[in-house]
Amino acid sequence: MITDIELAKTIIAKRIAKELKDGQLVNLGIGLPTMVANYVPENITVTFQSENGMVMMGPVPEKGKENMDITNAGGQPVTVLPGGAFFDSSMSFALIRGGHVDITVLGTLEVDQEGNIANWVIPGKKVPGMGGAMDLVTGAKKVIVASLHTEKGRSKILKKCTLPLTAKHEVNLIVTELAVMEVTPDGLVLKEINKDTTVNEVISLTDADLIIHKDLKIMEI
Amino acid sequence: MKKVVDKNELRPLLKDGISIMFGGFMACGTPEGLVDLLIEMNIKELTLICNDAGFPDRGIGKLIVNKQVKKLITSHIGLNPEAGRQMNEGTLEVQLVPQGTLAEQIRAEGSGIGGFLTPTGVGTSVETGKQKLTINGKDYLLELPLKADFAMLRGSITDTDGNIYYNGTTRNFNPLMALAADNVIVETEELVERGQIKPEDVMTLGVLVRYIVKEEKK
Repeated sequence: MITDIELAKTIIAKRIAKELKDGQLVNLGIGLPTMVANYVPENITVTFQSENGMVMMGPVPEKGKENMDITNAGGQPVTVLPGGAFFDSSMSFALIRGGHVDITVLGTLEVDQEGNIANWVIPGKKVPGMGGAMDLVTGAKKVIVASLHTEKGRSKILKKCTLPLTAKHEVNLIVTELAVMEVTPDGLVLKEINKDTTVNEVISLTDADLIIHKDLKIMEI
Repeated sequence: MKKVVDKNELRPLLKDGISIMFGGFMACGTPEGLVDLLIEMNIKELTLICNDAGFPDRGIGKLIVNKQVKKLITSHIGLNPEAGRQMNEGTLEVQLVPQGTLAEQIRAEGSGIGGFLTPTGVGTSVETGKQKLTINGKDYLLELPLKADFAMLRGSITDTDGNIYYNGTTRNFNPLMALAADNVIVETEELVERGQIKPEDVMTLGVLVRYIVKEEKK
């Protein structure tokens, strides 16, 4: 087990960054997924989209240099890199729904072995709304879930989601601090594990049924 | 047509129960001066259409905090706890819509499209009460256009004809809403004479805009 949450998040972000390919258009969700931008391999160029209407989103500006006319999807000031562009919400979701976004990385409340994801509402408790998540998960070519493996000791990777779904059968890859799992027609395949864990520990911490890949690898981070 | 008015000249138009589309995304690109006018006038029973519920002290969030909103059609209320509280209490009706669907519903209204098919929401509670169609083996939901009595926009630079240029990410829903409401009001940060915005830079056509108010950025 990895108990240091910040370390766990860094492992997840670094591993997901290795999924990115030169020339891709990528949307990162708020929170943990945003960290992926810090670890893009140096030899490739990736265009980050923010669904409020820009591509080539850059880092958070220095204190005192914030421009409140350039914000991310959370309303926080950001910057735009050379080569960037601004556009309206219709164009933004044409990019998303139209399959022009190669990869979307999202955090989640629950994800299951059939590729279902639930990350927009806890009925009666927390109702933030889906924002752009439903469109992103439905429209992006590849959906990667970035999540801690467990929360309060409970597996976030389930046999079947219990919360209202964000989308059905849309998740392709789940990356946690302990494992990389791919959703396939046969089920959830455990492809990689962290060097500091074992297959048995991963199985014991996962509610979903795992198919162990015959060529199981150690996560490269 | 005289379009440039003092904010107070809009008062006779604004009545309890009207529906308003507000531009802006997490308050970036929301006309704060028009929000403040509605607060000063204490216009009640509003139906608002906006990407999100803003923050309690910024954007349309201020109208929710002041209990002037009856119904909110939006994609996200997570950064305004008061919206969630009023929703749970039953005093605010919230209709949550996927963001891309919301944008397209507004675009459809403004473009004369009677409805559209989107895969977003298939297999989720968004399906409820909607017609599902299968086209070439793929499932879609039929979503309908969305209109309002007013669209309230925020321009960065507007000319006296109402041609609008938007800075940075302030554009978001603003240009879509300019076509989807009976009365379009733009609050602009900078007001310039006709011809001062290059035709290539016009993002919302002046012919769509009825009223222009100048409001300094706070």
